[in-house]
Amino acid sequence: MTMHTLSVLVENKPGVLARVSGLFSRRGFNIDSLAVGETENPDVSRITIVVNAESSPLEQVTKQLNKLVNVLKIVELDPQVSVARELLLVKVRADRSSRSQVLDTVSLFRARVVDVAADTLTIEATGTPDKLDALLRDLEPFGIKEMVQSGLVAIGRGSRSITAGPALRAA
Amino acid sequence: MTRPTPETLAHSARRARAAASAATDAEPAARTVAGPAAAAVRTPDPAQVSGAGSLVRSLEALGVDVVFGIPGGAILPAYDPLYDSTVRHILVRHEQGAGHAATGYAQATGRVGVCMATSGPGATNLVTPIADAYMDSVSMVAITGQVARPAIGTDAFQEADIQGITLPVTKHNFLVQHADEIPQVLAEAFHLASTGRPGPVLVDIPKDVLQAATTFSWPPTLDLPGYRPTLHPHGKQIREAARLMAGARRPVFYVGGGVLKAGATDGLRQLAELTGIPVVTTLMALGAFPDSHPQHLGMPGMHGTVAAVYGLQKADLIVALGARFDDRVTGRVESFAPDATVVHADIDPAEIGKNRHADVPIVGDARHVIDELIAAVTAERAAGHTTDLADWWHQLDDLRERYPLGYEEPADGTLSPQYVIKRLGEIAGPDAVYVAGVGQHQMWASQFISYEKPYTWLNSGGLGTMGYAVPAAMGAKVGKPDVVVWAIDGDGCFQMTNQELATCALEGIPVKIAVINNGNLGMVRQWQTLFYGERYSNTDLGTHKHRIPDFVKLAEALGCVGLRCETAEDVDKTIAAAMEINDAPVVIDFVVGKDAMVWPMVPAGTSNDEIMFARGVRPAFDEDDI
Repeated sequence: MTMHTLSVLVENKPGVLARVSGLFSRRGFNIDSLAVGETENPDVSRITIVVNAESSPLEQVTKQLNKLVNVLKIVELDPQVSVARELLLVKVRADRSSRSQVLDTVSLFRARVVDVAADTLTIEATGTPDKLDALLRDLEPFGIKEMVQSGLVAIGRGSRSITAGPALRAA
Repeated sequence: MTRPTPETLAHSARRARAAASAATDAEPAARTVAGPAAAAVRTPDPAQVSGAGSLVRSLEALGVDVVFGIPGGAILPAYDPLYDSTVRHILVRHEQGAGHAATGYAQATGRVGVCMATSGPGATNLVTPIADAYMDSVSMVAITGQVARPAIGTDAFQEADIQGITLPVTKHNFLVQHADEIPQVLAEAFHLASTGRPGPVLVDIPKDVLQAATTFSWPPTLDLPGYRPTLHPHGKQIREAARLMAGARRPVFYVGGGVLKAGATDGLRQLAELTGIPVVTTLMALGAFPDSHPQHLGMPGMHGTVAAVYGLQKADLIVALGARFDDRVTGRVESFAPDATVVHADIDPAEIGKNRHADVPIVGDARHVIDELIAAVTAERAAGHTTDLADWWHQLDDLRERYPLGYEEPADGTLSPQYVIKRLGEIAGPDAVYVAGVGQHQMWASQFISYEKPYTWLNSGGLGTMGYAVPAAMGAKVGKPDVVVWAIDGDGCFQMTNQELATCALEGIPVKIAVINNGNLGMVRQWQTLFYGERYSNTDLGTHKHRIPDFVKLAEALGCVGLRCETAEDVDKTIAAAMEINDAPVVIDFVVGKDAMVWPMVPAGTSNDEIMFARGVRPAFDEDDI
């Protein structure tokens, strides 16, 4: 099994996310991560889905996704030639004795402190899933009180755009 | 026997319909712009209408001649303009009947079948026929009322999230948010239902949207940027397929329902005769290639002929046209046709490689695929590339001769169900439309009636919906009023949807129903016989032991003619008597033996190599050098 990152361009209409996510569960796939947002074209939303699957069943689910009337285009992003990021917000225990160590870790990972309380720091970090895992591993000993993570968003490198093409201009 | 006179009920409706369609034929343009005369009377300014008016105008503009449905609270506004529309509304007795009738209409005519129901239970009662149409790729549009927009999500009276419920069983569905969208949504729904791989589309319209004031203009612009079915196949793939066909020693055409959907049956015959390749037609494709044609090996699959099952199993080349390698055809898929190279042509790319790897995938409409294959094969032949199929035909003919479809007369002297069905097919002939339910009678009807023409065999293939036959026959008869329509139903199936016979009697839809009454859920009983040690748990329906219900009395109560036949001597004359009655629906209760079984059979989940010709009898082909 390997991780695949799918960029799914869909019409920006109510209920489309349910159609897409429902199809994955119906065909027996677990979605590892999912992120949705508008694109440069307000009529088009982009869903980034990370799924752990063999390539032949993935091809089947991609074909089924393509059949959804609201789906405009599906591109699998090759990790070698794309940029992928997640956002992490984490509330870490940081009292007088541990605060400077926590701050060291934050700067080491080029993360940011976004809120300070007497005994906690709230940290914002973006990066690849690997980097965020490493950050969390280093913060864990201080005590993680709460954390929230976004789905992965990803974009291909270079000047080519997956949103270009006749299908999307029609939208 | 008291029954309404169809002359008064139906014929007046038919006259009105004929007048309406005559008007339509004369001025189709006027219809889309201004609507028919009746509509113009209804609203002085044809552009200013309610959402409901816009819905009915849209149906008229789309050329809909009939809608099957039942009114109720949320859909009620639509029924007011429908009252004086040219669209005929057939008031069914259960929404499931409306859905299957729309399917039967669509399958018999090739046009879009339309059904209508109210919100909540009305809509949920449509779910089974929608799922059925989805599995069998039937072009159907279901229109449902929804509670008013402000009430959506409040668990309002008769609220059901039918858009959510039908997501997995529709090609697409819509919840209309504004009355202005109605013409466009309806046009898109019909376009989606009837193009590409056909399928059911649901349009859910809240009551306040139906009541809102709007303007109606036609034609609307379709906005479906993500919907681009591929109709024309790739030339390179076609040439590769033709090259393989020219070199194969044991090729087979595996023909599915897509060939019927595409209207490609003439081309199929031409292609088959050009190449001399054997043909098998699936349950969904019966009639796509004449059963009597010497190149026809029969139906493949769980209850297929030995020749068809073995033809596929031993093939070195399978050319699948509009078929989907369903488990009922392949048996255990890992051992299906192990030596075959597969050319798979389908309009739905997701079908290709889904169950069986395709060596040559071809995405396209079956009609275009077949036409281009004919050209490519002709070119191969012109280049001198042909193959000798004499050995292959010798082997297949030998299997056909040794293992023909047949049945044994019941040892207990009861009436043989296969005999009844065989005679029915011979007497009603190849022009009649046959509609089956699901179970043993369906398989016998697929085996013992000779289908010579397309669209003469309707059944529930993918979903296997018991209760399909009576309402689907009703829909088929409405679509083809001049054709004899026979439903062949089981006593179990018949008890699920026979209420629609009241609709048939009142609306002047003289279908004929042959109830193959073996007193049991026959196919389930057959499996209990074979795989559950003859422990007949809950399969005896009591229709024999207690004659409950008495199908003759039931038929009469529903306004039909009821006949009964219990002996082989009476079969012909009872069928002939039913053929004489054309002003009322007829039900024949054929009381048949309960022990007859469907053979051949590939037990579920096993390899097609395990086919049983009869109980305990496996064909002797292992010695063959196939």
